[in-house]
Amino acid sequence: MFRLQGSKVLAVEMTGDAVKAKNGSMVAYDGRMAFKKLTGGGEGLRGMVARRLTGEQMTVMEVRGQGTCWFADRASEINLVTLRGDRLHVEASNLLVTDAGLRTGTTFTGLRGAARGNGLFTTTVEGHGQAALLSDGPAVVLRVSPRYPLTVDPGAYIAHQGEVRQSFQSGVTFRTFLGEGGGEAFQIRFEGDGLVYVQPSERNTIAGDL
Amino acid sequence: MSAHIGGQGAPGGPVVFDPETLPTDDNVNPYTFCVELKGSPWFLQKGKMIAYYGAMEFNGVGHGRLDRLVRTSFHSPLHASDWVVAEGSGKMLLADRALDVNSFDLDDGNLTVRAGHLLAFQPSLALKQSIVPGFLTLIGTGKFVAASNGPVVFMEPPLRVDPQALVGWADCPSPCHHYDHGYLTGVLGGLRAMTGLGGASGEEHQFEFVGAGTVLLQSSEALLPERSAGQVPAGPGVPGDGPGGPGAPGPGSPGGARLPGQLGDLQRRFGL
Repeated sequence: MFRLQGSKVLAVEMTGDAVKAKNGSMVAYDGRMAFKKLTGGGEGLRGMVARRLTGEQMTVMEVRGQGTCWFADRASEINLVTLRGDRLHVEASNLLVTDAGLRTGTTFTGLRGAARGNGLFTTTVEGHGQAALLSDGPAVVLRVSPRYPLTVDPGAYIAHQGEVRQSFQSGVTFRTFLGEGGGEAFQIRFEGDGLVYVQPSERNTIAGDL
Repeated sequence: MSAHIGGQGAPGGPVVFDPETLPTDDNVNPYTFCVELKGSPWFLQKGKMIAYYGAMEFNGVGHGRLDRLVRTSFHSPLHASDWVVAEGSGKMLLADRALDVNSFDLDDGNLTVRAGHLLAFQPSLALKQSIVPGFLTLIGTGKFVAASNGPVVFMEPPLRVDPQALVGWADCPSPCHHYDHGYLTGVLGGLRAMTGLGGASGEEHQFEFVGAGTVLLQSSEALLPERSAGQVPAGPGVPGDGPGGPGAPGPGSPGGARLPGQLGDLQRRFGL
């Protein structure tokens, strides 16, 4: 059971079950816990090769035991996501803890990742259970519906879930090359039905200021 | 499947926003501000938009169609290349490095703010460069959004403030420097101030405000990264024209001669 203690510490209560967590993110525990490093994100040999090739490396540990375990990472804000059979796309670096029952993998995201400066692939999380995401400042959750498509700055995007199509928008014109661009040269447009998580801060991206 | 994901009904789940539940020209949370665009444009600093619903266009202020804005809203074109005009309709979210953001209303007033703190403002306000280096002044009636490290505190002069906590001031005459008396007395006082040996409190230097108005302070002494407000063209009697003094600096030096019609330095245009 995931529980936020403040907004920057996650407490997970376990009764013999397990969670997958970012390596080294445990700050405290009581009861009995075993920490085991999972090579290649616990996705087997194929997943390991895929991650190595795609650059979406995660160093993940499996935490199993009885009691409460607390997780935190660099005082980043933590956001809880509940999955009920749907699929969450998230940056590997923004994923803190997932239920062990959730499947993780990598998918190709197209050109968007290139503009965001962190690769062409994202991590997917599927199944039933909870996941904890990291963000710089508390994330804002925005709903995408057929009536209301959403456009997001690549530097502020963290994750999305649901049946959402994404496309890549470029505002690059000849004026960008004169240094008079709109400051938002690349954008991701989300259409469909689902949720998008945005953080109130922008990572440094290629062309972030153009 | 989409019927049950998210949803405000989920106990303990996050609040989910859509264009109908997002506030209009108000904070979503202390770090995110939502602007509703309807007809009239907004001006924002480059790269502060994090997401939007609706149809919007972001264009740099400069030549072409938006050239008139330099005349009507950006009276000092030196920093105009940092600004973007958002036009269209919909709701737009603004944020800056996970800092606190707040909106302020000016009613036929004036407010001077540190250049790095200003995020966005309505075109009914005029943006000018302050005589105080590194500060910008907004004049008129309208709303603007500013970032700060921690919530903003409003104070009434007469008042002395720490230089690092100062965000800006409204309606009151410019501040002046104030040094504690012992800071400058005698050789020992000078040595102490220079080396910190023998007990310097670190608070010997303050800004002093007098007169009627409001002073805005951030609740932290962590300065935001400085954002240059643009070099003032050198001229006799113009403060802040660099160590060169009244003489015009050479063409190669920063703040040197600029081609006519050029907005800001070339590096600044590319965010370097």
